[in-house]
Amino acid sequence: MAIDLVPVWTVILGFAVFMYVLLDGFDLGVGILFPFAPGDAERTLMMNSVAPIWDGNETWLILGGIGLFAAFPLAFAVIMPALYYPILFMLLGLIFRGIAFEFRLKAKSGRKWWDRAFFGGSLVATFSQGIVLGAFVQGFEVSGRQFAGSNLDWMRPFPLAVGAGLVVGYGMLGATWLLMKTEGDLQRWAGAKARACLIGVLAFIGMVSAWTPFLQPGIAERWFSWPNLLFLAPVPVVTGLIAWWLWDSLARGREVAPFLAAMGLFLMCYLGLGISVWPNVVPHTISLWDAAASPKSQAFLLVGTLFLVPIILMYTGWSYWVFRGKVRAEAGYH
Amino acid sequence: MDVDPVILSRLQFAFVVAFHFLLPAFTIGLASYIAVLEGLRLWTGKEVYLRISTFWIRIFAVSFGMGVVSGIVMPFQFGTNWSRFSDAAAEIIAPLMAYEGLTAFFLEAGFLGVLLFGRQRVPQWVHFVAAVMVAFGTLLSTFWILVVNSWMQTPAGYTLVDGRFFPADWIEVIFNPSFPWRFLHVVTAVYLTTAFTVIGVAAYYLRQGRFVQESKVMMTMGLLLAAVLVPAQALLGDAHGLNTLTHQPQKLAAMEGIWETRGGQPAVLFGIPDASAETNRAEIAIPKLASLYLTHDWNGVVQGLKDFPPEQRPPVAPVFFAFRLMVGMWAVMLLITVWGGWLGWRRRNVASPLYLRACTLAIPTGYVAVTAGWITTEVGRQPYVVYGLLRTADGVTPTLAPGDVMVSLALYAAVYSVVFGAGLYYLVKLVRAGPGELRHAAEPGPEQRPARPLSAADVEI
Repeated sequence: MAIDLVPVWTVILGFAVFMYVLLDGFDLGVGILFPFAPGDAERTLMMNSVAPIWDGNETWLILGGIGLFAAFPLAFAVIMPALYYPILFMLLGLIFRGIAFEFRLKAKSGRKWWDRAFFGGSLVATFSQGIVLGAFVQGFEVSGRQFAGSNLDWMRPFPLAVGAGLVVGYGMLGATWLLMKTEGDLQRWAGAKARACLIGVLAFIGMVSAWTPFLQPGIAERWFSWPNLLFLAPVPVVTGLIAWWLWDSLARGREVAPFLAAMGLFLMCYLGLGISVWPNVVPHTISLWDAAASPKSQAFLLVGTLFLVPIILMYTGWSYWVFRGKVRAEAGYH
Repeated sequence: MDVDPVILSRLQFAFVVAFHFLLPAFTIGLASYIAVLEGLRLWTGKEVYLRISTFWIRIFAVSFGMGVVSGIVMPFQFGTNWSRFSDAAAEIIAPLMAYEGLTAFFLEAGFLGVLLFGRQRVPQWVHFVAAVMVAFGTLLSTFWILVVNSWMQTPAGYTLVDGRFFPADWIEVIFNPSFPWRFLHVVTAVYLTTAFTVIGVAAYYLRQGRFVQESKVMMTMGLLLAAVLVPAQALLGDAHGLNTLTHQPQKLAAMEGIWETRGGQPAVLFGIPDASAETNRAEIAIPKLASLYLTHDWNGVVQGLKDFPPEQRPPVAPVFFAFRLMVGMWAVMLLITVWGGWLGWRRRNVASPLYLRACTLAIPTGYVAVTAGWITTEVGRQPYVVYGLLRTADGVTPTLAPGDVMVSLALYAAVYSVVFGAGLYYLVKLVRAGPGELRHAAEPGPEQRPARPLSAADVEI
């Protein structure tokens, strides 16, 4: 096999994970904002706005998980045990939330309980994902081909801070999504929440950006050594511009721009993360090439992936297109 | 305390798989049944097939949705609890599992939406094609996941380098020795599970005198399928057993409760295997019968467990009893089928309340049988995770403490009881409502959502 498939799989996997963060991010965010909504009718509208697409969004989580297992098995075997509890809580949260979602829409009585389950599941799943991200950046203790740390290594300030940051971040995605999909009082409410979340997100971005270089000397060197400093300077600059665009578009009462800007902020954070850990798939210890499956395994799966993923993407796009526009009470699910 | 994380991780894996698999065990067969109903409707134009199909599509939607939700957990289990196994075997099993996932999503993405929500929007034949594709997709998922399972039972087409498995020949990996029989055996089993669910539900309506026309059709179709598949399953099970005898002799010896190697082996009908004394207590056996069906010779030699060192034997009692439970369920199915055939021949099918009651009570037989069969084959593979090559104890995550797995197992148990409890409650409600009453409510309005299986059922809780 003459072609190195590692870059191909890096792009596919990076894409799948980012798709997941963006797509499930805003519907988890809607769940996080759920208990603060003005009333029950508004809550129903909020649910309806993500009802057609939320489970398609979670597709990307499985594609990301299995993709990591298949394309970079060593990373899978190290990262999963290290994150035993966060992964467990994330999965349970997602299950709970998914079922609550469906049953709340069908329930005549006991709605309150499903509301709580929907909020609780969304919050736990998001916080756990943030911990996963934070612990990932912080790095894992590795011995040979296995994780060698403790199952509670994630209980450190940095992962917990990132967990809280992601809750606010998904809240921002959810609020800007609602701004785009709703109107009237609910829209005004979403705008206020989006502004509040944006302030929180900027605080967390500032904190995490200042904190990350101190986690590992390699990260500081990556960003602050010459000439990297020059090449990478656009990253914080563009992030700042997007933040300003988001703030400005909220102030002007725009409907679509804030959602695009919020996604842009996530993209910049994702890029920043990639720059910090490149070229490792287990930060600071195992590179993409060391963790990669043999070319024979990678090639075998690539054939099906290149055929099926574009179809899944087309379908995803189509279902968003079908349910474009505002959600209204009379068109709600019954 | 060394074994604890291993045992607990096995329990946890068994727990999440067992609950997950109850759903596909039903939906794989149901997808094919719906495709047949749609085909019959297209071919004959009879409304009754449409009503039955619409009813079961609703049930399918809820079951499929729950299957997807509980399936999300599965791939992560490999990493969190079985990291050394994942590291050793990922090059082979991970791409196969990824194909399973991709196939499932491809199916969900394209054709499931049309099947669930498209009846009013696409021509009838397109709806039929969608039903066929969904059925094909579920079988394709079954194909891939059983490839993984079979490869762990009878590994082939690999090279072993530094304790890690690498693919040498994908065709040999996929069509490993136990795969063809296992695939046929499992597909037949899940079809039977669906058949007996349909029969039991139809019998429930007939006993109440509701939906008589629909129920008679369901009953007849179910019993016709059972009349073919129940005998076929005996032949397939036998062939699968002979395959096990060749490739996994100690598993077969545990299934049969055979300790001594000798000619003219008796068939043990009942007994209590005692691993420390290496014998069965309270044994009831038929002389020479096991040799006959295993070697097709009254005096054929069959290896017993004593031929293998104790550290290479599976736990005998669970394998022995689970196997008998599975065969027992098959016997109940045979009884229902023969009884139904006899009543049908005497044209008294509807008139026998006792038979109808028995049919409804027999709904669990398929679910119990597939679970028992799965316990037989998986516990029978022990003490290996990759048969003969990698021991289960060497596959577990090294950093796991017993307390970790106890916490996760307890949480899974708690969440699953709520989730599966609510799901089952809702399914029962859908069945109680029946095919007729919701005929019009099921027609989708313009605001109906695709991509969400559960939303195809719109009965309120």
